[in-house]
Amino acid sequence: MTGSETLPADGLLAASWLLIALPLAGAAVLLLGGRRTDRWGHLLGTATVVAAFVIGLLCTVQLTGVEGRSVQVELFTFIQTGNLDVSAGLLFDPLSALFVLLITGVGALIHVYSIGYMAHDNARRRFFAYLNLFVAAMLLLVLGDNYVALYVGWEGVGLASYLLIAFWYQRPAAATAAKKAFIMNRIGDVGLALAIFIMFAQLGTTSYAGVHGSVGLLAGGTVTAIGLLLLLGACGKSGQFPLQAWLPDAMEGPTPVSALIHAATMVTAGVYLIARSAPVFDATPTARNVVLVIGAVTLLIGAIVGCAQDDIKKVLAYSTVSQIGYMFLAVGLGPAGYVAGLAHLLTHGFFKAGLFLGAGSVMHGMGDETDMRRYGALATRMKVTFVTFGLGYLALIGFPFLSGWWTKDAIIEAALDHGGTWGWVLGGVAVLGAGLTAFYMTRLMLMTFFGQARWGDGVHPHESPPVMTAPMIVLAVGSVAAGFLLVQVFPLSGWLEPVFGEPAEAAHVVAPIVVSVVVTVVVALGVLTAWLFVGRREVPVTAPVRVSPVVRAARRALYADTVNESLFMRPGMWLTRALVFVDNRGVDGVVNGAAAALGGSSSRLGRAQTGFVRSYALGMLGGAVLVAGALVAVTAG
Amino acid sequence: MTLTYYLVLAAVLFTIGTVGVLVRRNAIVVFMCIELMLNSVNLTLVTFARSTGTIDGQIIALFVMVVAAAEVVVGLAIIMSIYRTRSSASVDDVNLLKY
Repeated sequence: MTGSETLPADGLLAASWLLIALPLAGAAVLLLGGRRTDRWGHLLGTATVVAAFVIGLLCTVQLTGVEGRSVQVELFTFIQTGNLDVSAGLLFDPLSALFVLLITGVGALIHVYSIGYMAHDNARRRFFAYLNLFVAAMLLLVLGDNYVALYVGWEGVGLASYLLIAFWYQRPAAATAAKKAFIMNRIGDVGLALAIFIMFAQLGTTSYAGVHGSVGLLAGGTVTAIGLLLLLGACGKSGQFPLQAWLPDAMEGPTPVSALIHAATMVTAGVYLIARSAPVFDATPTARNVVLVIGAVTLLIGAIVGCAQDDIKKVLAYSTVSQIGYMFLAVGLGPAGYVAGLAHLLTHGFFKAGLFLGAGSVMHGMGDETDMRRYGALATRMKVTFVTFGLGYLALIGFPFLSGWWTKDAIIEAALDHGGTWGWVLGGVAVLGAGLTAFYMTRLMLMTFFGQARWGDGVHPHESPPVMTAPMIVLAVGSVAAGFLLVQVFPLSGWLEPVFGEPAEAAHVVAPIVVSVVVTVVVALGVLTAWLFVGRREVPVTAPVRVSPVVRAARRALYADTVNESLFMRPGMWLTRALVFVDNRGVDGVVNGAAAALGGSSSRLGRAQTGFVRSYALGMLGGAVLVAGALVAVTAG
Repeated sequence: MTLTYYLVLAAVLFTIGTVGVLVRRNAIVVFMCIELMLNSVNLTLVTFARSTGTIDGQIIALFVMVVAAAEVVVGLAIIMSIYRTRSSASVDDVNLLKY
């Protein structure tokens, strides 16, 4: 780590392994306990995460008093063979603490919400078991002090995500979405695994301290390779271009899962990986620029596609893709952007979780309808949901002084400060993205809460129970206040200083006040456009068919699935078919042919066994004569 | 040489036995032909023992007789039981054990 010695942990910090152990134990009890735990399983699941949050909070408080604000907990030797020595250790530093609080804090709120949301589901216990498993894996991911521990957690959240997307596995769509998510995640995981292999092959260590300390000794090409492979891993987990297609499909899972995993925590693992590997990326400008480009491209793709979706959860999903694009853009900027990116990650965790829980509440009241064209005029029917969702909405589009405004403007400023043409391009993309965000989110608000009621006869919209609205209120408060708190009251840059070093006072290309005004104007334009398109007209209950090619492309997610199918899936299937053919005809042909030849000849030989004793006798006589003849010939010769 | 007569006699007996085993169907006759072959061999052994003045051949001949006696016991028992189930002593009727 930059410039600070890592001390061994003492006090409560030495027990930070409890953070991982508690939810893991919860998952084990719920999964192994079976139906006996049905009655109180959800309470246990919630309690473990709340306890983890309390421990995380106390650890963080204690960490403020530690010199260098970074402690290490040695647990046991995980792998020791040859030169490979991987110890299972935890690293509790400001970056981990940030994620621990986000994961357990938002996680605990979502557990509480799920008690109400999943109340009518027979498999609620299984749901909480998976949620606990996810929290444990995610905490291992952010707390491990080496890349192997990170990888274990990385795979763990992948598994938990798969299990939760396919929670309603009876639905073919959910099963397919889970498989898609799993496979696309695997592509990224291969990148991460290869990066770890290179680290071990070149440096002989996988610990953060070891790798980051000696990254300067490596050849430039090797560092770039490590950086790009880490980025591939991050793209897979965070739903970034070109691996973004799984994230919107993952909305097939229950809504709390979408809020917890596919908005607030798991998908931010990619940002964590890049921020944690900052020394690697500092050493390779090439990989860093690729991060920038991917962030910029993804934030536009997500925003454009979000404008044309009719499914409320899909809009939010593409919004997530787009916002994580912002974070990638920020961490791709280097030291200037790490803090901005992580601040946006935290505020995004609040308001996006709040928005998803709000969407879940709307679905809960609307009989699991997700098509916004069948909503409308819900503002009066669901007051709490409307207000909390509205606050999340304002925070997301960057309404002045709400959290999104603080953190998104910081990213846009940092992008502009990057300098030169690049700076203008990136800043322009980021501003454009902000306008698009305002458009699609306003469209969502207008279609859901305003206008004419368009729902069917059997639907009776009603407010959700307090156990669901309470977490939404807490998250709404967070959406309002988090940005101000993180930027002004407890500056995140100061807290993260031991990790990323002293924040450099950047020379501003454009004055921050001008940036703010411009962004606010663009956002206002986006809101106005949305009102012109959606607000003042009747919303058709079925999506219009005669639309421009742009809208058609956006509805089909800019043909991401089509590209994946024609570039990877079809050739893959052809290859498989060819291999099956070769296997059936070639390999099996040889093996079966040899067996058939042996079998045929032996059954033909078997015909000689006629069962007539006298022919056997004749055979014996012939053999004896032959042997005798040979003996005579040999002796005489 | 008198040796030749004995050996020729033994060869003739052996040939008769062999042909009998190969061409006759009646199990009893086949059996007797086998005995004929064994005894022609015994004759050869004894002849050579006599001509070389050693007793090895005579001892082997005694062994052959013992074995032949044991074989007769087992063989006749088998033929008896086959006859009881099949009402026939023809070796060609006993042909179930085949491919």
